[in-house]
Amino acid sequence: MTAIILKAQLQILPLVAILALFLIGPIFIIIVVSFWDYTEYSLVPDFVLTNYLELFESKVTYKIYFNTIKFSALSWIFTLLIGFAVAYFLAFHVQTLRWQIILFLICTIPFWTSNIIRMIAWIPVLGRHGLVNKSLLEIGVIDEPIEWLLYSDFAVVLAFVHLYTLFMVVPIFNSMMRIDKSILESARDAGANSYQILLHIVIPLCRPGIAIGTIFVVSLVMGDFVTVQAMSGGQSASVGVAMNHKRALLQYPAAAADAVILLLLVLVMVAILMRSINIRKEL
Amino acid sequence: MMNDQIKKNKKHFVMVMFFSLFVLFLYGPIIAVIILSFQGPDGGLTFPMNGVSVHWFGKLFEEQRVGDFKGSLSRSFVLALIVMVLTVIISLSAGLAYRRPFKLSGVVFYLTIASLIVPSILITLGIGLMFDRIGLENNWYTSGMGAHLTWTLPFGLLIMFAIFNRFDKSYEEAARDLGATNWQVLWHIIIPIIGPSLVGIGLFGFTLSFDEFARSLLSVGSKNTLPLEIFGMTTTVTTPTLYALGTLTTLVSFVVIGVSFGLIFFLERRRYRREKEIAIQEV
Repeated sequence: MTAIILKAQLQILPLVAILALFLIGPIFIIIVVSFWDYTEYSLVPDFVLTNYLELFESKVTYKIYFNTIKFSALSWIFTLLIGFAVAYFLAFHVQTLRWQIILFLICTIPFWTSNIIRMIAWIPVLGRHGLVNKSLLEIGVIDEPIEWLLYSDFAVVLAFVHLYTLFMVVPIFNSMMRIDKSILESARDAGANSYQILLHIVIPLCRPGIAIGTIFVVSLVMGDFVTVQAMSGGQSASVGVAMNHKRALLQYPAAAADAVILLLLVLVMVAILMRSINIRKEL
Repeated sequence: MMNDQIKKNKKHFVMVMFFSLFVLFLYGPIIAVIILSFQGPDGGLTFPMNGVSVHWFGKLFEEQRVGDFKGSLSRSFVLALIVMVLTVIISLSAGLAYRRPFKLSGVVFYLTIASLIVPSILITLGIGLMFDRIGLENNWYTSGMGAHLTWTLPFGLLIMFAIFNRFDKSYEEAARDLGATNWQVLWHIIIPIIGPSLVGIGLFGFTLSFDEFARSLLSVGSKNTLPLEIFGMTTTVTTPTLYALGTLTTLVSFVVIGVSFGLIFFLERRRYRREKEIAIQEV
């Protein structure tokens, strides 16, 4: 018996070692450094609360956090609505397993390509002389190019939806495929219309999938700094962008304090969502 | 009754249209990039095409013009291969451990989930700081590799859970009853059965590392990986060279995805054939 336990511990060791070195270690360092002092050129090991006090006293902080939560909420709503509809189509409208797999893979393939390039790819579409503006000008809907299509909050949310809808589709599709078709049939026999079936059967049974998708989307958007930076053209800020900015100014302790607060916020949100599901059972 | 059928068809049609639009949304921008990368020498970043050429691909290989493209590409490729192999081995090992209860298994599981949802900037900032403090140099193959593993291993472990939740233990037990050792069971029973899924984990490992930007930013040291190089180009390069780079990178991803799917298909077929052969022998 002890041999078996020892074996399991040996098998889990590589994973634990990597997580200890590259997850716990860095977070520990960030927490420590967030209490340090700094000058223009160097870090001063210390135990001060100034980094946190400055963070909470600055009005900019609240604005940036509000902006980050706004991006998260908008991205969440759109990825959820689109992701749910796509999953619904795949699960209930596509009849054969073969086509379900093919169409599902079509949805997942972009996930395995570069996010940076998928962002760049919006330039020829949304730019001042891009496809959308050109078409609208040609039809005569607008007289001059719409400026807010690219390098704006709109572009940021669009990019998030483009990048992360998949994270909603996969877990919701997974939940839907587990729904026993006979439940739907019996509901229909009992006289429920398709709207009632959706509301009272499909959506409640998809809750674990929705929760997992939400965890992914919200944590990815809240922790993002590349997408906001690139798609807003530097005009909008999120916590990640602000943190990266402080880092570039070598204000590591200030950036670290920001990181700790952001981490707490993300962990609390995820902890709330995790209460409603058992991830291991959903796989 | 007739009315119901029409209504159902109409709904189905709407869903098909919606899904088609979603696929267009997913692929449209990248297709625009691929087309525009073949711009003529006088062409710009947007449509219309000004002739057709491979001019901008040629420009890509002139070193001074667009940074260190070849170097960053080979670094990213080698790193992705290393991360792929490690992800498969460590995930498999951890997956095997989780088939039995062991001490702190819950903690390790939640730590792995945390690795997924912790904002990327924390990982990259923390690893950068940690190596700096210990006095080690940040390198793509040390700190950079670790940063990538924090992103690929959670996917690997989640896939392993999905595999072993569906794993039929009777084959394994039969082998043990016939006197197979642990290694023999692993090598001759478990790995052939889960082989296709392991290829899937490898696909995640390779592509997620090859395209990772956020967790690379401060952790790869002075020599850029490809996504960092591309991101740097978005601000400095204003010619279709950028698109040529996008097309090439996407091509690499597609080749990797294609090879993985091919391998998965081949392994599934081989297993199916062998099972049939054995069934015939038994008869």
